[in-house]
Amino acid sequence: MKQKLIVIGNGMAGMRAIEELLKLEPSLYDITVFGNEPHPNYNRIMLSPVLAGDKQVDDIILNPLEWYRDNGITLHTGNAVTEIDRVGQYVIDAAGDSHQYDRLLVATGSTPFMIPVPGADKQGVIGFRDIKDVDTMLEYAANHSRAVVIGGGLLGLEAANGLRTRGMEVTVVHLLDSLMERQLDKPAAALLKATLEERGLNFLMQAQTAEILGEGHVTGVRFADGSEVAADLVVMAVGIRPNVTLAKDAGIHCERGIVVNDTMQTFDPKIYAVGECVQHRGECYGLVAPLFEQARVAANHLAQIGIGRYEGSVTSTKLKVTGVDLFSAGEFNESGGDETLVLQDPAQGVYKKLVIRDNRIKGAVLYGDTMDGTWYFTLLREETDISAFRGTILFGQHDIGDAGHGDASASVMALPAGAEICGCNGVCKGDIVDAIGKKGLFTLEEVRAHTKASSSCGSCTGLVEAILAGTVGEGYDKAPSKKGMCGCTEHSHDDVIAAIRHSGLKSMQAVRDALDWKNPDGCAACRPALNYYLLAHWPGEYQDDAQSRFINERAHGNIQKDGTYSVVPRMFGGLCTADELRAIADVADKYRVPEMKVTGGQRIDMFGVKKEDLPAMWKDLSDAGFVSGHAYGKALRTVKTCAGKKWCRFGTQDSTGLGVQLEKMTWGSWMPHKFKLAVSGCPRNCAEATIKDFGVVCVDSGYELHIGGNGGIKVRVTDVLCKVDTEEEVLEYCAAFIQLYREEGHYLERTAPWVERVGLNHIKQKVVDDADNRKVLRERFLYSQTFAQVDPWKARAQGEQSHEFKPLRIA
Amino acid sequence: MKDWIEIAALDDIPRLGARVIRTDTMDVAIFRTRDDQVFALRDACPHRGGPLSQGIVHGTSVSCPLHNWKIDLASGQALGPDEGCTNVFATRVEDGKVYLALKAGEAAA
Ligand SMILES: Cc1cc2nc3c(=O)[nH]c(=O)nc-3n(C[C@H](O)[C@H](O)[C@H](O)COP(=O)(O)OP(=O)(O)OC[C@H]3O[C@@H](n4cnc5c(N)ncnc54)[C@H](O)[C@@H]3O)c2cc1C
Ligand code: HEM
Ligand code: SF4
Ligand code: SF4
Ligand code: FES
Repeated sequence: MKQKLIVIGNGMAGMRAIEELLKLEPSLYDITVFGNEPHPNYNRIMLSPVLAGDKQVDDIILNPLEWYRDNGITLHTGNAVTEIDRVGQYVIDAAGDSHQYDRLLVATGSTPFMIPVPGADKQGVIGFRDIKDVDTMLEYAANHSRAVVIGGGLLGLEAANGLRTRGMEVTVVHLLDSLMERQLDKPAAALLKATLEERGLNFLMQAQTAEILGEGHVTGVRFADGSEVAADLVVMAVGIRPNVTLAKDAGIHCERGIVVNDTMQTFDPKIYAVGECVQHRGECYGLVAPLFEQARVAANHLAQIGIGRYEGSVTSTKLKVTGVDLFSAGEFNESGGDETLVLQDPAQGVYKKLVIRDNRIKGAVLYGDTMDGTWYFTLLREETDISAFRGTILFGQHDIGDAGHGDASASVMALPAGAEICGCNGVCKGDIVDAIGKKGLFTLEEVRAHTKASSSCGSCTGLVEAILAGTVGEGYDKAPSKKGMCGCTEHSHDDVIAAIRHSGLKSMQAVRDALDWKNPDGCAACRPALNYYLLAHWPGEYQDDAQSRFINERAHGNIQKDGTYSVVPRMFGGLCTADELRAIADVADKYRVPEMKVTGGQRIDMFGVKKEDLPAMWKDLSDAGFVSGHAYGKALRTVKTCAGKKWCRFGTQDSTGLGVQLEKMTWGSWMPHKFKLAVSGCPRNCAEATIKDFGVVCVDSGYELHIGGNGGIKVRVTDVLCKVDTEEEVLEYCAAFIQLYREEGHYLERTAPWVERVGLNHIKQKVVDDADNRKVLRERFLYSQTFAQVDPWKARAQGEQSHEFKPLRIA
Repeated sequence: MKDWIEIAALDDIPRLGARVIRTDTMDVAIFRTRDDQVFALRDACPHRGGPLSQGIVHGTSVSCPLHNWKIDLASGQALGPDEGCTNVFATRVEDGKVYLALKAGEAAA
């Protein structure tokens, strides 16, 4: 018989946990859900836009009744659980019926705090929490004129703005002298107040409510200093209290909230709790992003997989008042020893402040221009060292030439539905907005899975996140603080790399066992990554696993859209001889290559080759002295060179010769992603060395070394690593830089985002400042090259992996 | 009765890999899982016809090499959130030999 799972609370955290559970174990439990409200689960954070008239109630339903039915869930709406009997393992509902459980999930949310002043129980005094409250407010707005909102925090201001939009005269009463003091510092709060006053809101600051006036129905509010304001409606928005009554009565340990451990288990091991009713490591949360993380962990344990841990969250907030841009995160008020960076432009109504400690962002407040909020938040969460771009950080992400579309987020909501967002998969803005609405998507991962937007090259990620934020509201798009490498594991790339290196894991199976992989074979995302990490860390020991490579690397050619392959032989530094060209021409004739082209990487591409012909063709090329160009791999691609000193009248050094040396040293090496080099003979830079992963620009007095550039959808110009005097040094620095990237880069992370993630300083320290470390890195690179510089073509022409290329014939 | 055709030795197919069979009408991909189950699908992804035989095999599914759809080897169905399916053919392994039933109407469920 199936086990019984009962969920108390049909809200955002509870249903998120069930969705996650169904993904993992669709049929482990008979699930019954009790909800006090008469509705199916809806998006509570969208109540503000509903109140303001920007959305309808129907638009914000997350799980329609069919969802419960389709998943075999028994739903009791408008039915509160009144008692939990832990000994008998059953709950009693409002009708007095009892229901048995094996596991119980408590997700009762929180209740608005009503200040206990005389008259607080009068008619017309309400909180702002659910659809019923919104209906009440709309009714008052239609029939009455004066509203008082007590509380100048996030919730209070959204309520006030909504009521004002609906035509009421609104006064906001706040106990302190500064609005939203939990999210804003004083300058930002002052700007916000001025904006809201312009929109017609009245404020009473430092006002302590003493009594609610009226006979039966509210008529006004009196304050401690004796003054009064008239009111037909009073909305109390001074805070929320975790809803713990039920749990407490059942004897479950509660403090402010229901106390849970890192697996979201309460003190009763059969009972889990998630959401605003929970207290974890002393914190109670009131935003959805952390609740969703909790839900994922609880689901994992309910599914009896048992490996997720919730370790607390850093949260950020945005105010959902149309036309007011405000963002805050972390410790936005500096304490002793912190530095602050401030940008103030009163004329534009812009204020930005970052609190910095040890070159890391600790907190941020943005007002008027919140475009870079997500970026700062990422830097904060990942504790990125910002010293390399500290000088321009306040101007935003686009200013440092990041690899994404950091600058476009503000304008993206203004784009028409037909605007193409993801060029790789041809996904338009309208498709994304539709999918978010119809399928109830919350995260970038989900949008990727359903629309394919941002699932390929990823450069439209910023745009997709902006659409997500603009469509579903803030709080949703925040990825969990630490992302698992893929669906198979909770461990991040860094965790996996560290485990491979420090625990000496030398096979894929060992990694999956040590780190609790959920799927025994892994998936198409983690297998190639693990294969790479093992290959990079244990050269000579780890056996490459062909079945864990993408087809291009398995077949050593680039699969084309018609299933044929392209063949690109290596031409070191782009140099070639008449004999070599003749050999290529002969091969092209012999195998009837339908099209050839000179690539941007200075070599020749032969398109349209049938898979079965590859080995024979490679043999001919190999006999003529060619090796694979790895034009298909996450590997060293090309070294582009210019004419250089030998021929060019501007040339300062032998750029061509140096390029050939570099390519001889580096060819064949596997990388986290593709890797390109270039050498230009003078600063005119004909070889475009400043958009390469590693570029050399020759000057009279030596060689400038550049790193972390890339062309592509969003160009990133290199950072200057240093200048060196000799060709030997160029080779040494290049090998060391490559090895550092090979050891630290995440699989499928190019050098540009890697440099931005770890910071230029980090790389300079390891490669430039520490000469011993540089030599060690170089040694490790050269050692691994002794295993890597085996031409895959020659090996396969001689029969290796022949099953890969021969179709079976029917016997 | 199905017409079983002997196509290969089990060991001709790499574990967690695939081979292709050319027939008069189409290519068929034969997959082998970690625990030596063998499956056969028409070698065309329901998305845009990508050669599934060239994908990465994990569990009892394969990820298409062109745009990464995941296809269930047993049913030929695209796994959520994608939708679509490709033809499935019955297979049988006996004494280390793999047999395939190709006839129309005899595709396994
Ligand atoms: C107006 C408003 C705006 C907000 N804006 C944002 C925002 O911009 N960003 C953000 O991140 N967060 C925002 N929040 C907060 C966010 O909505 C909450 O953090 C989230 O909904 C909490 O989820 P939960 O499941 O813990 O609680 P809830 O969603 O409140 O669900 C709890 C449910 O349990 C039910 N229940 C309680 N007791 C019982 C019982 N005994 N039996 C049966 N059912 C019971 C309740 O009726 C309720 O339906 C906002 C909240 C409000 C009210
Ligand atoms: C962003 C995603 C990118 C994708 C998906 C991509 C894809 C490809 C593919 C599929 C080929 C091979 C064509 C073939 O031979 O079959 C190719 C070749 C090439 N690409 Fe890109 N590319 C990308 C970015 C870039 C960038 C940023 C540059 C240059 C700065 C670039 C420069 C080249 C060059 C020079 C070649 C020829 C290859 C060679 O000589 O080895 N590509 N690319
Ligand atoms: S980069 Fe300088 S040396 Fe090289 S070809 Fe151009 S002008 Fe000549
Ligand atoms: S070769 Fe590169 S630029 Fe050209 S179509 Fe393919 S991916 Fe696009
Ligand atoms: S053709 Fe298979 S995923 Fe596109």
